[in-house]
Amino acid sequence: MKRVLETTEVAGQSPNWLLTRLDDLVNWARANSLWPMPFGTACCAIEFMATAASRFDFARFGMERQAFSPRQADVLICAGRLPFKLAPVIRRVYDQMPQPKWVISMGACASTGGIFDNYAMVQGIDTIVPVDVYVPGCPPRPEGLLYGVLLLHKKIKGETVLDPELRREQPLDDKGLRLPPERIDEISEPFGNSVHQFRSA
Amino acid sequence: MNKRTVELELATPGLDAQGRPVRVPLTVGGTGGGEVAGQVAVEPGSEHMLLNIGPQHPATHGVLRLVVELDGEVVVRCIPHVGYLHSGFEKLGEYRHYNQIIPLTDRTDYLSPMANNVGFALAAERLMGIAITPRCTVLRVIACEMSRVISHMVWLGTTAIDLGAFTPFLWAFQERERIYDLQEMWTGARLTTSVTRVGGMMADIPDAFVTGLRHFTETFPKTLHEIDRVLTRNAVWVGRTQNVGVLRREEAINHSLSGPMLRASGVAYDLRRDKPYLDYETYDFDVPVGEHGDVYDRYLVRLEECHQSNRILQQALARLPDGPVNVDDPRVILPSKSRAMSDMEAMIYHFKQVMEGVKAPVGEAYVGIENPKGELGTYLVSDGSAKPVRWRIRPPSFINLSSLPKMAEGHLLSDLIAINASVDIVMGEVDR
Amino acid sequence: MNPSVDALRATFGNAIGRAVVARDGETIVTVGRDALGEVMRWLRDSAGHCYDYLVDVTAVEYRDAERPIELVYFVRSLERRVDLRVKVDLPKEQELAVDSVVGLWAGADWLEREVYDMFGVTFRGHPDLRRILMWETYAEGYPLRKDFPLRGRFSRAEQVRQALGANPEAHYSMEELAIAEAFDELPEDMKERLRRGERGKLPFSE
Repeated sequence: MKRVLETTEVAGQSPNWLLTRLDDLVNWARANSLWPMPFGTACCAIEFMATAASRFDFARFGMERQAFSPRQADVLICAGRLPFKLAPVIRRVYDQMPQPKWVISMGACASTGGIFDNYAMVQGIDTIVPVDVYVPGCPPRPEGLLYGVLLLHKKIKGETVLDPELRREQPLDDKGLRLPPERIDEISEPFGNSVHQFRSA
Repeated sequence: MNKRTVELELATPGLDAQGRPVRVPLTVGGTGGGEVAGQVAVEPGSEHMLLNIGPQHPATHGVLRLVVELDGEVVVRCIPHVGYLHSGFEKLGEYRHYNQIIPLTDRTDYLSPMANNVGFALAAERLMGIAITPRCTVLRVIACEMSRVISHMVWLGTTAIDLGAFTPFLWAFQERERIYDLQEMWTGARLTTSVTRVGGMMADIPDAFVTGLRHFTETFPKTLHEIDRVLTRNAVWVGRTQNVGVLRREEAINHSLSGPMLRASGVAYDLRRDKPYLDYETYDFDVPVGEHGDVYDRYLVRLEECHQSNRILQQALARLPDGPVNVDDPRVILPSKSRAMSDMEAMIYHFKQVMEGVKAPVGEAYVGIENPKGELGTYLVSDGSAKPVRWRIRPPSFINLSSLPKMAEGHLLSDLIAINASVDIVMGEVDR
Repeated sequence: MNPSVDALRATFGNAIGRAVVARDGETIVTVGRDALGEVMRWLRDSAGHCYDYLVDVTAVEYRDAERPIELVYFVRSLERRVDLRVKVDLPKEQELAVDSVVGLWAGADWLEREVYDMFGVTFRGHPDLRRILMWETYAEGYPLRKDFPLRGRFSRAEQVRQALGANPEAHYSMEELAIAEAFDELPEDMKERLRRGERGKLPFSE
């Protein structure tokens, strides 16, 4: 009897002690010096500013320099709701960031559209840019954002330089979308009990 | 520690009687106020440069896009583009009950959420003809003045950062954290408070709130004095803000400005004085009015408003009466949980309010309050159902911002940043 | 009842419709759409009335489809501390257009643009009537109209696609482009549209 197994060929070196040390070094450097690109739009941007201020201070986590130029940023923190008019702007800013880059979606509106399930709001920035960490809250407390940043640190420390997929650019496809249309419709649907309780729109 | 005497070279001829720098009209050199702007001739397609600022930019105070036409460094024309934060609030409001709209009001002007809550609740109560209790009135004054303080602190911190001074930002935000602690103590949330309900408040203040707020009012003036010492007579600050972005009295009225923008241009109009609400006429406070209508005057007006808000907070704390916080109307206010679970009538009231919402009579009402940014108006039109036919927010920042092209003509590009900062916009309210 | 109403009736006669006092105590006076420009000028300039401050301009569409769209102007006299609300009925069968009051109060500039964007009401004489809150080539309609569904007319994927395709730099207005001589670098269809004088013309228009 034959068993057919799907395998993927790993290109390049197999991991060994030297490469894992190299991975550790690279990941440690990247994680502890994440320069954020604060794409702050609304209320979450104020909590972002509060996290940057003296009480919560995310400079102690390495995010000392807020890079307002995407060319010099590591992590795009979308803090706040994203209307459709702003969608091409965040896509362009994301495309301008050089690898390695990560995205933190801060707040309910950036993650799913939040309370704004209407004609004007993008229902989650993951329909437009790939997201690494979602921080829920409306707005998330500064401790919540810091926890999200620490989760991102953990994710980065689990990466490896051997895998080119991790650092591959993900441009929009030829239809101008990041995901297939059915998937976008599926993740943008209203969900949960509360929407249908009053039989309003 | 030895005291040193430092000679400061101010770009002014001296200090006036109040110890403030004397104004000197800026000489022509491509800079200046309105007088120079009219002389700049524009030829399309000439060597002017088109520069796009934003919508993602650290100094635009949100997602604002400014397209400027530059002749060298001089702004010949400035065309703002807004709408990058348009969230469809007014459309959403037509599908929500009145109490369900209160959390939406937090998110329009997110720098002073409690004031927004109060503004909407006042309009809904005016529409429904509900009179709130004395304790609720004083609590709402406290909420409004706390919001004024935190909004002006954001304005101060971010404007100082835009003009190069980083430290006042940290001081201002530390003061905000203390108010945030109080807001969190009261409502459970730092920023999105949703503190009012139609007919009352979401909850009464906890015991530690009064002592916390009293402590805040005692120590807050010290921070204001520190910021004042750092900025008000600072040569860089004065040089960058005086005679910049001048808007005369008639222009300010014609452009429908409101709030500190209007008062800095010399118009003594404050809704708390001239169309009083929440018993503001019984409080003892001053309304600062500027003279020259430039950025420096707006800074002084807002700084002084913080002092006056402190005064009002102290008076409100002193006069806070006991009594119920919500109006005693079971059709409007939810009964307490224990009564709703045990008493049939209370359960029915609870059910009707939650499932059907509180119905407003047919009609309309407009209430404008003195938001930190200006006149925040709420216009509600009802057709007798529990959801408004139209919820219109009269946005002070939107209207104040429309005067930016007029103010920016003839100034340098760096002045444009100062002028934009002085308008005190919050894009959530501009775009709604 | 605001005494300006009687003075208005004396001056303009039939152009002034009904006047009521609203639930908040303010006077609402309805004005015919053709007389709007003169009535507003009279309100602003005549002595003793002097409504020099425009508080707000907005529109209301009722859930009852038979009722006309109401344009609401909130005017205020700063020295006299008096408010007045002026309404204009725009029946939906006719063209939704009135004269602009930008010449009287400069603050009406963006307010009228917003009413155009959200309701589709045209203001004749407005110097720059284009969409302000949505992007200029927004094709779904006028959002605050009652026949516009809450979530918009297109599917979410289509909305994302149209939003991402709306090139921000293609939305410079004609005057902005004249500055930088960038007209030649625009895409062809955009040049054609601008040449024809279309400003955010909707393929789907009411």
